[in-house]
Amino acid sequence: MTLGHDLTAWFSHLNETTGVNFTIVYDSYDRARFLNGLWLTLMISGVTIAGSVLVGIVGAWGQMSRLRWVRGIVACYVEFFRNTPPLVQMYFFYFGLSALLPGTRNSLGFEKPLINGFTWACLSLICFAGSFNVEIFRSGIEAIPSATTEAAESLGFTRLQTYVHVILPLALRVCLPALTNNLVNLVKTTTLAYAIAVPELLYVSNQIWSDNENVPEMMLVLFVIYIALVGILVFAMHAWERALRRPGLGT
Amino acid sequence: MRNKLAYLGLLAGALAIFGTNVAQADELQDIKSAGVLVVGVKADYPPFGFLSPSGANIGIEPDLAANLAQRLGVKVQFVPVVAANRIQFLQQGKINLLIATMNDTPEREKIVDIIHPNYYASGYNVLAPKSVKLTSWAQLKGVPVCAIQGSFYNKDVGEKYGAELIAFTGVAEALAALQQGRCDAFLYDNTAIEGELTDPLWKAYDMPLPTLGEQPWGMAVKNGEPALASFISQASEDWAKTGYILSLETKYGIPHSAYAEQQHDKYKA
Repeated sequence: MTLGHDLTAWFSHLNETTGVNFTIVYDSYDRARFLNGLWLTLMISGVTIAGSVLVGIVGAWGQMSRLRWVRGIVACYVEFFRNTPPLVQMYFFYFGLSALLPGTRNSLGFEKPLINGFTWACLSLICFAGSFNVEIFRSGIEAIPSATTEAAESLGFTRLQTYVHVILPLALRVCLPALTNNLVNLVKTTTLAYAIAVPELLYVSNQIWSDNENVPEMMLVLFVIYIALVGILVFAMHAWERALRRPGLGT
Repeated sequence: MRNKLAYLGLLAGALAIFGTNVAQADELQDIKSAGVLVVGVKADYPPFGFLSPSGANIGIEPDLAANLAQRLGVKVQFVPVVAANRIQFLQQGKINLLIATMNDTPEREKIVDIIHPNYYASGYNVLAPKSVKLTSWAQLKGVPVCAIQGSFYNKDVGEKYGAELIAFTGVAEALAALQQGRCDAFLYDNTAIEGELTDPLWKAYDMPLPTLGEQPWGMAVKNGEPALASFISQASEDWAKTGYILSLETKYGIPHSAYAEQQHDKYKA
């Protein structure tokens, strides 16, 4: 408690004496909104990482389908979301698609949108990163020798069983480095949610530096936090990669 | 040797003083001899400075500029400016005068010559559907309110009145969000809201709250142009005296602002 008090007093003193102004340490209003922003960034990152990996796995399965229309849908999805800027997608979902959906009425009788900014941000980021993940999983799948698939078939595995129990586990090991890359990109892309007023880290930092004119300090804080976030993600992915390693597969 | 240098220094100093003197005496004269007054105005801030369907600069501020040009007996030429470049345009001599919804602040007083008396003032208010029935700022507690990222009054409204701010990067996004019902009100400059309200698109909306945080606007010329500055200052006093600003408000269909009325009362005596 006293340590916390000393720390806020020290940062307050730092501002008074040098003008280096870290309001998020000693101003309770700024601290509260900054921590909310950090929490929201973690939420968006977590939800979109899980969602986009799932989309990648399902999409890659769809690409191998015997039905032409399933392959067509997956191809359209990948081309659409891989070839358009994520910011445009986010605006399209939030302002464009949202206007076409029915709304709900609130207590005052106003029409309110059904889906809030946070959900739209997650949906659009899942679609964006998911389209890359489909291709990443495909690259892993194509690295598996066809003899392996044939061996599974001759043992009586169905197509789904072959995918889930044989191809996917092997493909995952091959494509993990590329997947890590894409997920790192995804965590950084969560900052785009600020364009649709989702109060994540960049949004709250922007508010804080407009109110206090402390742009350099907040930029520094943002850099350090994103380096830490991405560092933790990369560390976890590498640990997973090592745990999954099978001698003789890949390098 | 040292003497020679001292003389050279004196000479250079004298030339510099002479040079600036010439420039000082001349900007008003230059305008008259060139026959044109170049004025920086906004092009995206109806009704203060905006574009007509044919692309001409129109609005209250272009009208003020035209009034000054008429007093000088010269033509007026407009250069569209935005907040981020307007002072630089003035300092670089791209424009003679700036009339661009600029707040008069001590920092700006240092780098350009802001004309007194101030000609207008703005504060902040909300644009809200008439059915929301707002009468006091305290009612905004917990209410979703759209805003513009970086506005200096966001923190006040969030902290003091407990509004739940949803801030966007641009005005168009915030207005779209208001129309889609993502917020119950839009927090912005009262002057800009009055401008929006002249558009029939917003006929189901109004600006129900008392305007807060009012700050004066100032026209500006380059530092060190006393002749031009005093000429414009005279005109500004004249506008206050005759109620010219009030008549322009009527012309562009916005209600009389408290500030313009105060200035009129003060100077007509």
